[in-house]
Amino acid sequence: MKVGLFIPCYIDVLYPQVGIATYTLLKRLKVDIVYPMGQTCCGQPMANSGYEYLACGTNKNFIQQFKEFDKIVAPSGSCVLHIKEHLKGESDLEKNQALHIQNNIYELTEFLTDVVKVENLKASFPHKVGFHQSCHGQRGLHLSGMSELTAPYFSKPEQLLQQVEGIEWVKLDKKDECCGFGGTFCVTEETVSSKMGKDRLADHEKNGAEYITACDMSCLMHLEGIANREKSHVKVIHIAEILNTQNAEQ
Amino acid sequence: MRNHASLAEQFNLDENRVDWHNKTLWFVREKRDKQSHQVPDWEKLREIASKIKLNVLSNLDTYLMEFEKNALANGIQIHWAKDAEEHNEIVLSILKDHQVKYMVKSKSMLTEECHLNEYLEKNGIEVTDTDLGERIVQLAKEPPSHVVLPCIHKKKEEIGEIFHKHLNAPEGLSDPQQLTEIARQDLRKKFLQSQAALTGINFAVAETGEFVVCTNEGNADMGTHLANVHIACMGLEKIIPKREHLGIFLRLLARSGTGQSITTYSSHFRKPRAGQDMHIIIVDNGRSEHLGKEKFRNSLKCIRCGACFNTCPVYRRSGGHSYHTAVAGPIGSILNPIRNREDYKDLPFASTLCGSCTNVCPVKIDLHNQLYELRQEIIASGSGESIKGFSMKMMARSLSNIKKYEKFKRTVKWGYRYTPFLLKNKINPWYKHREMPEMPKESFKEWYQKNISDGK
Ligand code: SF4
Repeated sequence: MKVGLFIPCYIDVLYPQVGIATYTLLKRLKVDIVYPMGQTCCGQPMANSGYEYLACGTNKNFIQQFKEFDKIVAPSGSCVLHIKEHLKGESDLEKNQALHIQNNIYELTEFLTDVVKVENLKASFPHKVGFHQSCHGQRGLHLSGMSELTAPYFSKPEQLLQQVEGIEWVKLDKKDECCGFGGTFCVTEETVSSKMGKDRLADHEKNGAEYITACDMSCLMHLEGIANREKSHVKVIHIAEILNTQNAEQ
Repeated sequence: MRNHASLAEQFNLDENRVDWHNKTLWFVREKRDKQSHQVPDWEKLREIASKIKLNVLSNLDTYLMEFEKNALANGIQIHWAKDAEEHNEIVLSILKDHQVKYMVKSKSMLTEECHLNEYLEKNGIEVTDTDLGERIVQLAKEPPSHVVLPCIHKKKEEIGEIFHKHLNAPEGLSDPQQLTEIARQDLRKKFLQSQAALTGINFAVAETGEFVVCTNEGNADMGTHLANVHIACMGLEKIIPKREHLGIFLRLLARSGTGQSITTYSSHFRKPRAGQDMHIIIVDNGRSEHLGKEKFRNSLKCIRCGACFNTCPVYRRSGGHSYHTAVAGPIGSILNPIRNREDYKDLPFASTLCGSCTNVCPVKIDLHNQLYELRQEIIASGSGESIKGFSMKMMARSLSNIKKYEKFKRTVKWGYRYTPFLLKNKINPWYKHREMPEMPKESFKEWYQKNISDGK
């Protein structure tokens, strides 16, 4: 099984350590993974702002880069969801290739639980950690149960974090509230966006978290920006970095 | 400019109020969660309700005609209004026929949509809203900020002030019980003097020609029992096929909206009592056009429970008035721009698309998907802001292939190093309340080239 690694643009530029952790972790789990060099962005920033029609360049490029892989994996729920729901091909051939990609793209934690089926990560992270459920992963990709529904609770990321030694869970007052990032919402509705981020951060702080982790670096980038402005002691860390800890120690 | 972002900014000037508003509505959302867990097969119930409503929307003409026929046979007079103006004229003409000077009204979002109160007042008729929350905003000359909790944005001290100003209440009163008593005494007079009562309609049953009005205060009953003219107004989507379907919707409505098992009063009206005149006005006001828009059609299933308001993290922190319209919140962000694109084109962007609204909606409207689609339509029709459009075009170009992307990355890096003042100033909306992320030495791609692919 040949797996393509998709590293979203802002992770590539601003948070390379998340990409490195993802790659190293997958290698360690013996996944045959390759990073296609010509990749750029999934097109979500345009599409969520109403400019989906401008995303044909990124769509074309994405299809070219990933059409040959059996599976595609990315450490970002929202980019994966965007591809799943909105990737568009132009010709018939491209449409088929897009469909293949959409059916085979995974967010990192769901790839680890559903495809690799890891049961023993041998990772260790002796810290108090609060988990931020990013909306697109949770409600869009169904990575975990949702507080609005009455179905029994489950969580793919938590299933993995439970395999991490020494981690101490922080119980939040609101277990799955949006952090307010929302793509360009974070600038067009700056006031509400930062208020939401402040509230989200406060929930973690109040309940004693040292770290906030999530499957989406974009939420974490926003929360980090607020935490740093407020001189909070809380740090952010992408889930891939926690899951890959043991590797870092070796 | 009056848009959601700027109005929300105003609301946020008082952070304590935002926190209080957020907390109050979250409390209701949590009550809803408890209630929904107590009903076995809650999700199934939502599914059935959604299907019934879809069936209604697909056969709307048949059900409406069936309803009209049965209601007429019951002795109710039926009127059809194509828009708000016609609706208001019909109400006025009924009132004129009966020489009505005073009318009481129980909460109806449709009459808010049609701006009925102002119209009637201009025509010399005194209208009193009798739902307590609605009465408070009426006295304050404000529109409601929530479909179910119209006055949720006001604190009890502010209500005390309003009552002091308008109802002769002693100054500084803030005890809810005393305030309610004052409103009750005042409303009693209004009920007794009014010659006509207007109500909304929550559900109109095609099979029987009857309708149901849900209130928590019994004010609809009080008004209609006392007055000799009862006018009931409904949007044409309020139809349900059979009486047996009421059980589904009544169970969902109150639980979703306020976390009650059932609304305190679910009043059934089937025929006028002896000597009473009963009218139903069936209003289109853009609904049939909406019905024709396939992508957005299922938002017409809405039963106005308000659950999507209570759960929406944006609504909770921006307040109902930031939506500058009668029906606010996630559903308002769909219904309003569909009817009037120009005035409400900002609303579909007042969301993070988190999807919580879709999950709570008792009739399973895929609210966040529709907001996404509406954004595409609004931009495609050229209604976007030009600066945003320009930067989006630049961005799309920079991300469209690897060469341009690498160049873009270099520019960003250069900017970070040499012109940080361009990023770190309060004109940059990100920077207003957030620090910028640090720029690492190398990108992931550079690391990969160096360490894995050997620069190939
Ligand atoms: S859209 Fe759904 S949740 Fe929102 S008010 Fe309508 S029925 Fe209730």
